[in-house]
Amino acid sequence: MNHYLRFAFFQLLIRPLISIVLGLNVRHRQRLPVTGPAIIVANHNSHLDTMVLMTLLPWALQKKTRPVAAADYFLKNRALAWFSRSIIGIIPIQRRPAKAARAPFADIQQELDQGHLIIFYPEGSRGEPEKFNEMKRGITHLLKANPQVPVYPIFIYGLGKILPKNEALLVPFVIDLVVGEPFYGQDNKEHLIEQLTTTFQQLQEQIPPRTWE
Amino acid sequence: MPLNEINRLTMAALILLLVASSLIIWMLGSRLKESDRIELSQRMHSWWVMVLLFIGALAINTTWMLVFFAFVSYLALKEYFTMIPTRRVDRRIIFIAYLSIPLQYLWVGMHWYGMFIIFIPIFMFLLIPMRMVTLKQTQGFLKATGTLHWGMMLTIFCVSHIAFLGVLPKGPDWRNTGISLIVYLVLLTQLNDVGQYVWGKLVGRIKIIPEISPNKTLGGFLGGIATTVTLALLLAPILTPLSFMTAFGAGLIIAIFGFVGDLTMSAIKRDLGLKDTGQLLPGHGGMLDRLDSIIYTAPLFFHYMRYFYY
Repeated sequence: MNHYLRFAFFQLLIRPLISIVLGLNVRHRQRLPVTGPAIIVANHNSHLDTMVLMTLLPWALQKKTRPVAAADYFLKNRALAWFSRSIIGIIPIQRRPAKAARAPFADIQQELDQGHLIIFYPEGSRGEPEKFNEMKRGITHLLKANPQVPVYPIFIYGLGKILPKNEALLVPFVIDLVVGEPFYGQDNKEHLIEQLTTTFQQLQEQIPPRTWE
Repeated sequence: MPLNEINRLTMAALILLLVASSLIIWMLGSRLKESDRIELSQRMHSWWVMVLLFIGALAINTTWMLVFFAFVSYLALKEYFTMIPTRRVDRRIIFIAYLSIPLQYLWVGMHWYGMFIIFIPIFMFLLIPMRMVTLKQTQGFLKATGTLHWGMMLTIFCVSHIAFLGVLPKGPDWRNTGISLIVYLVLLTQLNDVGQYVWGKLVGRIKIIPEISPNKTLGGFLGGIATTVTLALLLAPILTPLSFMTAFGAGLIIAIFGFVGDLTMSAIKRDLGLKDTGQLLPGHGGMLDRLDSIIYTAPLFFHYMRYFYY
């Protein structure tokens, strides 16, 4: 990671772009993490999700925050791989663990052990705009291994309208964010999945319904 | 368009007004409830930002004035599209709606009144459904065309009338510039909001229309009209070519229709189940919460001036 380029990218380009061109409505901002280590979990509809979550944090935390992203997509060519690693600071993971040479979450664990923050999308890929996909099991391994690290659930609404998958035209809307109460991981995987699913449903209910046929 | 002496004095007076209000809130500080104090100081802070940006936009030159109001339209339209239900297929049409903002302000900058006055009410009105037909989705068609165009009328067409006041020329019997008409309209509309709120707190008992807004009282409404008309008469000789009679009329229009604009936005928020239109201006709510009254007063005051003086 290049901290100078990262600072320039997130603070001088992304932050003004998101706050002026789009705009954020944040509910319960006071619940955001103030120190690491922490696991931020969010629903995933757009590439901009990561940019928005990074914008929520001040630079002191931002520079310690690493989004977890699919290696097969973000490392598919050299230019994208350089950008993803040096500027965005992703932790690449293999979506099919069988292919991975070592434990898939070793890199994530290393970051958490250093007191860093990670962004994790439990649904895996971006999916249909504004629809929840079923949670993948990956998140439960991570939470089970780190019961002492607080988990911050954040619900994002609007990016599926602004820049959905397979669309290149950005159409501005204000982004709604709901920050949930932080909680801690535990052993029971079924229970964890259920807890995450209901948490996100409850967060979603705090946004006035805007039906979108 | 450097500011003339009168406009510079008015801007100074505006700053003084803010300083005075901040001082009053600061002195009242300990006597207020904690939640009230926080809301008032947030509101005051937002006022400072808005007034300083407003003064900056008017003071530099016409281009910056146009850019400022175009940006205001953009923020308001974005807020509108965020709070209403929209169809997924209409993304590209919403994009066209945004594109019409720079065009509308271009017509203002060109002093092209004919285009300015028909562009959104006629051309965009016809273009939006035409483009929507090509999407071949009939479900929700009427709702989508109606709400999209309605938002453009409120946030682009109505708001751009403020900017057109700013490019009006000097009259033969009037030495000032259009900028002072903007100051006159914006100052009176905003003070009318404040006046109605304060009078309502002091003497407001009878609710006018609780089904739409529980805070609107007869006392507040009448008190607001009295203060706004008085201010309209006092400021008219300094900032406008208005005579005593026409200033009286302008004051009445601004007071009554500022109130109506406020109610209209309240009705929309009730319909959508929202308390505020957004969070852009802490203490006030969203952009549309602040613009609600001027959306009504701007076109009415503009055409009133145009009929009598241009």
